[in-house]
Amino acid sequence: MDMILSSLPSLASGAWLTLQLVALSLALGLLLSVGVALARLSGSVLLRAPAVAFIFLFRSTPLLVQIFLIFYGAGQFVAVRDSFLWPVLREPYWCAIIALTLNNAAYTGEILRGGIQAVSFGQIEAARALGMHRLLLFRRIVLPQAFRQILPAYGNEMIQMVQATSLASTITLMELTGAARAVASRSFQPVEMFVIAGLFYLAMNFAIAQAVRWGEKRLAHAG
Amino acid sequence: MKSWIAALGLACVTLLGGCGKDDAAKQAAPAAADSVPNPLRVATEGAYPPYNMVDASGNLVGFEIDMMKDICRRMKVECQFVATAWDGMIPALQAGRFDVVVAGMSITEERLQAVDFSDGYTTTPAYLVSANSNPLQKEDYGVPKVDLSNMSPESQAALDKLRGLLKGKVMGVQTATIHANFAEKYLGDVVDLRRYDTQEQLALDMQSGRIEVGLADAVTWNAFLQRPEGRDYSFFGPGFDGGLFGRGQGVALVKGRTALKTALNSAIKEMKADGTMKTMSVQWFGFDTSMP
Repeated sequence: MDMILSSLPSLASGAWLTLQLVALSLALGLLLSVGVALARLSGSVLLRAPAVAFIFLFRSTPLLVQIFLIFYGAGQFVAVRDSFLWPVLREPYWCAIIALTLNNAAYTGEILRGGIQAVSFGQIEAARALGMHRLLLFRRIVLPQAFRQILPAYGNEMIQMVQATSLASTITLMELTGAARAVASRSFQPVEMFVIAGLFYLAMNFAIAQAVRWGEKRLAHAG
Repeated sequence: MKSWIAALGLACVTLLGGCGKDDAAKQAAPAAADSVPNPLRVATEGAYPPYNMVDASGNLVGFEIDMMKDICRRMKVECQFVATAWDGMIPALQAGRFDVVVAGMSITEERLQAVDFSDGYTTTPAYLVSANSNPLQKEDYGVPKVDLSNMSPESQAALDKLRGLLKGKVMGVQTATIHANFAEKYLGDVVDLRRYDTQEQLALDMQSGRIEVGLADAVTWNAFLQRPEGRDYSFFGPGFDGGLFGRGQGVALVKGRTALKTALNSAIKEMKADGTMKTMSVQWFGFDTSMP
């Protein structure tokens, strides 16, 4: 019991780091995914081909491999170490954010593409008839409806993201799983520590699931 | 109907109770069946050169692999090696996944509370390493070695000086090691500590410049410093031993397996007496690390 109590501060600071990783990479990933989805739907091959390649690459390789390549891979090249990118890439924190963001953007981009394509053409025609130009049409008509469409799938993606952050412990970040491992290795009580870490994850994902449910209700009313 | 439910409940309780007893019996089994198991399941990491590592064709090699094969030969049992991740080894040993751990594991008070150890077979101090060009290399730390169980004023001065110089620096250790424990306890408040899963990842990140200083076993460092990419790095400051660094490296086993422990100890004693331990040590480490 003493062990559990004394482990709580380090597990809590791990949970805080996990929250940061989740929030930052979800926010950046969502922004990037809009671009990915639009490029993927673009009529121009020059935009579409890189988006298709990006999605293929990041969905077809394990996230752990991506994290390792970005973290250990980047450090191998003198050119990278001498470049302006190094202050960012030398920090495990940013390497984890970059890997999680890119991975998340690939998945969310595809989800969003489906959502955009599901918006009925009649609505777009109607908006055009009202004289909306493309950007306004996209912002007011297409995107809000696409988001409502994808919310359940995106909720899944967010929850997956929370779990995915545990891989950051492999590049020296002491997030929740990393902290639990460190405490477990000192106390030799892995079961207790991982149960506590699991409870933290449960709480986070419960909050996300509730937020998604609330969002679905709200958007349903708005529609 | 009610009696049917009651019967079901009773069956459940009996079943659960039965399970519980079964578990207890299983846990007690190793102590009760107090003998040297054959084959002997040996867990090692395979990523801690030259103690244990994997060669180009995927075979486990290293000082501890040779030593353990010799120990098994002396105990007249067959060795069955299992490569296992370092930081789950003790819980897995307790859970009975293998009989012994031979992985450069130091005998410490903390670990002794969880498992038992054979007598120590090697002992090596912990050292700090940085790039040759680092100003830390040029400092004079006063003493060549700091014994944590017997701190002299000079040792304390060396440690204090080190703490001052390391302030704000990024330092790497392997996770769940005595070096990590030492860094947390003595330097944790001054350095930015990074924990790596393996020593190789630590060395890789030292080359990339993410970490300025690393702390590990002298022998493990030698393996890196002697490689071409390790040429630009050297030891600095005093070596550390004693205290939480423990009493050398030993074979870990579950508590209460007296027969196995006795057999291990007599094999290790024989190897020390007939010089085998020293020969193997010189062969793998380049110098004699065996314990008296």
